[in-house]
Amino acid sequence: MIKIDKHHGIVMPLDRHNVDTDAIIPKQFLKSIKRSGFGHNLFDEWRYHDHGEPGMDPASRKKNPDFVLNQPRYEGASILLGRHNFGCGSSREHAVWALIDHGFRVVIAPSFADIFYNNARKNGLLCIVLDEDLVDLLFREVTQNPGYRILVDLPTQQIVLPNRHTIAFDIDPFHKECHIRGLDDIGLTLEHATEIRAFEEKRRQTAPWLFNN
Amino acid sequence: MSGKTLYDKLWDAHLVRQDEGGMALIYIDRHLIHEVTSPQAFEGLRLAGRKPWRTDSILAVPDHNVPTTDRSLGISDPVSRLQVETLDQNCAELGITEFLMNDPRQGIVHVIGPEQGATLPGMTVVCGDSHTSTHGAFGALAFGIGTSDVEHVLATQCLILKKSGNLEIRVDGQLAPGVSAKDVVLAIIGKIGTAGGTGFAIEFSGSTLRSLSMEGRMTVCNMAIEAGARSGMVAVDDTTINYLAGRPYAPKGELWDLAIKSWKALHSDPDASFDRSVSLDASTIPPQVTWGTSPEMVVSIDQVVPDPDNETDSVKREGMRKALAYMDLKPGTPITDIRPDHVFIGSCTNARIEDLRAAAAAIRGRKIARGIKQALVVPGSGLVKRQAEAEGLDKIFTDAGFEWREPGCSMCLAMNADRLAPGDRCASTSNRNFEGRQGQGGRTHLVSPAMAAAAAVTGHFTDTRREQA
Repeated sequence: MIKIDKHHGIVMPLDRHNVDTDAIIPKQFLKSIKRSGFGHNLFDEWRYHDHGEPGMDPASRKKNPDFVLNQPRYEGASILLGRHNFGCGSSREHAVWALIDHGFRVVIAPSFADIFYNNARKNGLLCIVLDEDLVDLLFREVTQNPGYRILVDLPTQQIVLPNRHTIAFDIDPFHKECHIRGLDDIGLTLEHATEIRAFEEKRRQTAPWLFNN
Repeated sequence: MSGKTLYDKLWDAHLVRQDEGGMALIYIDRHLIHEVTSPQAFEGLRLAGRKPWRTDSILAVPDHNVPTTDRSLGISDPVSRLQVETLDQNCAELGITEFLMNDPRQGIVHVIGPEQGATLPGMTVVCGDSHTSTHGAFGALAFGIGTSDVEHVLATQCLILKKSGNLEIRVDGQLAPGVSAKDVVLAIIGKIGTAGGTGFAIEFSGSTLRSLSMEGRMTVCNMAIEAGARSGMVAVDDTTINYLAGRPYAPKGELWDLAIKSWKALHSDPDASFDRSVSLDASTIPPQVTWGTSPEMVVSIDQVVPDPDNETDSVKREGMRKALAYMDLKPGTPITDIRPDHVFIGSCTNARIEDLRAAAAAIRGRKIARGIKQALVVPGSGLVKRQAEAEGLDKIFTDAGFEWREPGCSMCLAMNADRLAPGDRCASTSNRNFEGRQGQGGRTHLVSPAMAAAAAVTGHFTDTRREQA
């Protein structure tokens, strides 16, 4: 997974509640058996006027100039500012892969759907939960100031605004460490393989019908 | 000391280790796999030189991409075909049990798990699919995971999790005739919102839940995720045990007796405390219809499309406006005036035999209305299909003008050829009315099987309570 400690980048606002993973990456692109290549189809139905299918050349597509992702002022944005319940719906990790593939490293929102949050953490996409009024403030700032950039400082758990004001944020200490060190969960878990085996053996004794197939 | 909730009991029974930070290692008993969210996990496993920890915990089936028309020639879309073949190859190579596309037991993963008795009370059940919450109907801890976690479970038989809060949703009272489990869960989502259950495990309780069949309970738990909760569950009772008796993967003989003893403890203790409780009166729930692009945008059949001008929250108001524009609906329109041109009866929410019976009963020898361009029935599994045919339901549907299809996810998410065209309006028994969910530009109204069937024959949304009267 991608490591992240300090990240300075352009903010792109997506002013909608309940942005679901079907919107982030529509189903026709889930047929891929790879983890990469989803970036061109991030927000496909909002981003293009024509219908997208896997394998289409993005240069030949009809872009929707009204959608934030196509606006020059947000070009190169790596921090996505969202609303309530971001990433709800389907468990497709392709949504996280698409955001990362496009270049996003951080998503800030008042709340995230649980599965999306977990998928993001597993891939090194940092999700920051902020109070609604702070999110409102960021929406105002980013829409009023073209090229608006912020610094996300994970070790100190702060967001530094261009005016040097800071916003503190909370994050689970385990999640924080995984992000900073780019830890592989499977490797971490396998360090406890002996405990898992012991648990499994005990379970085989107490619930033998679960080991019957 | 207060007692434990069902969720507490399931959690404790699977806790391998607990870290000081609150992260826990939880053992997984059953891993269900389908073709869409697994290929990258198998590839990751292979690249790291790892092997599956316990192949006998896994059951695999292709469901999302499979065609629902004649399958004898295979899958025509080469990209879909490759994905299904990749699943077949991975399972064959690693010795994982898979129901292949043309196996009569094939079907939607959340239909076949319970149908086979592969989902059992007291289990932890995971699958790379958010509707895994369905299996919680059996008093199991069941939840959807992403592909990285699919790989994690393959490699370690465990997941790193943080315990959720306990949310009780209590539904008491008798449902009116023509009102079903689907209406109950849509009413719940309407009440608590699509993020109302975020961070919680939901236990559905109360006399209404107790009186629901296992299939009804599965419908309710299936949509726990639409209320934001990764898992929903119902305590074990005789209904649970009777459903499981004799199923192929359920224990037999002495093991069955032993299992039942243990399952009977799978309920919340009377003095258990919940972090949050919500209650609903079932007798006042009318049939539900969604009008917007989120499952919380739902009203009763006897109401009208709401007016964004009455919403005080500005972001919500803008969301309602966008939804109305997408759905091409005007505030104040009676729900019964909305005329779908497509009907979809299927999905892991509502494609079991009781769903098909309820839909068939609502047709009662009538024909689909003139304005309906396509009406599909997609059974949840090959065995559901066979059972329905034995009961003559297929004939009721086809006589009315419905198409009778092969099992799969189909138009719930439109990964295969079954999809809406831009502007199409569908009465659907599925679980998500997101923009583009059933096909780009398609408009989805979520309803129960009886409501979908009634809309098919009348040409507009119709109150199934009156139909019953």
